[in-house]
Amino acid sequence: MTVTAVRKDPDALTLTLTAEFDASPERVWQLWADPRQLERWWGPPTYPATFTRHDLAPGSRVEYHMTGPEGDQPRGYWDVLEVDPPRSLAFRDGFANEDGSPNEELPQTIARVTIADIGGGRTRMSIESVFPSAEAMEQIVAMGVEEGLTQAVGQIDAILAEDAVVRRS
Amino acid sequence: MQTGTDIDRVFAALADPTRRDIVRRSIAGQEGVAELADHYPMSFAAVQKHVAVLERAGLVTKQRIGRRKVVRTHADGLAAARRVLDHYEELWRGRIDRMADLITEDTEGTDKTRETQA
Repeated sequence: MTVTAVRKDPDALTLTLTAEFDASPERVWQLWADPRQLERWWGPPTYPATFTRHDLAPGSRVEYHMTGPEGDQPRGYWDVLEVDPPRSLAFRDGFANEDGSPNEELPQTIARVTIADIGGGRTRMSIESVFPSAEAMEQIVAMGVEEGLTQAVGQIDAILAEDAVVRRS
Repeated sequence: MQTGTDIDRVFAALADPTRRDIVRRSIAGQEGVAELADHYPMSFAAVQKHVAVLERAGLVTKQRIGRRKVVRTHADGLAAARRVLDHYEELWRGRIDRMADLITEDTEGTDKTRETQA
């Protein structure tokens, strides 16, 4: 198992995942630092990501879009906060408007990535996501309802069944 | 805990795109039914009906602010937080699995990244 620990704190609005890889810290860092590699894991297979701007320097903005099965292209950005290759990266992760500008109405999360050599050719990476407020959580849930977030928590069957009922009536 | 019927009601309420939009717009709790109705190409009565369905499902409540009555999305903050954290856990697990796949490709010699490293 790659993921070795998950810590969720609904009160502190924080999620931390820890994973271990059979690779050096430099190799794991490359997954973040090389945009062509990042594109191969950031988005799910149904929503591959394309990074159109990518410079991991404090204060710089990373821009990307994802391409959905219907050709829809949700956009996002990172504001890079801290960079210490190959040990750590922190960025603000937000949603962008169609023109690529940050969508200030939607909540941003802060992601902190730490990468450490644990010996034996293995590397531990932890990712901490911090959400801004309980209201932001409600907003993400409401948005997700629209985008099928509920599918991810295994409720798709119920939605589809209800959808069919409502359409028929 | 919610009962089966409560959940059925929630999903039925959310199966309609207009109602999903009302839930999203009402997070801020600024608009009454009349203002909400301005956003949709349908009658005030039709929007009022949608709001009533959402109210019965417990997804929105009407709150009085001064002389106005606004519609506000009713979400249990902590439950919302749990759902978002669960969702992000899934999201990151998927990402980490794909990262691990890329690293495995290195050792299998099918790694295409060498071209991009130059």
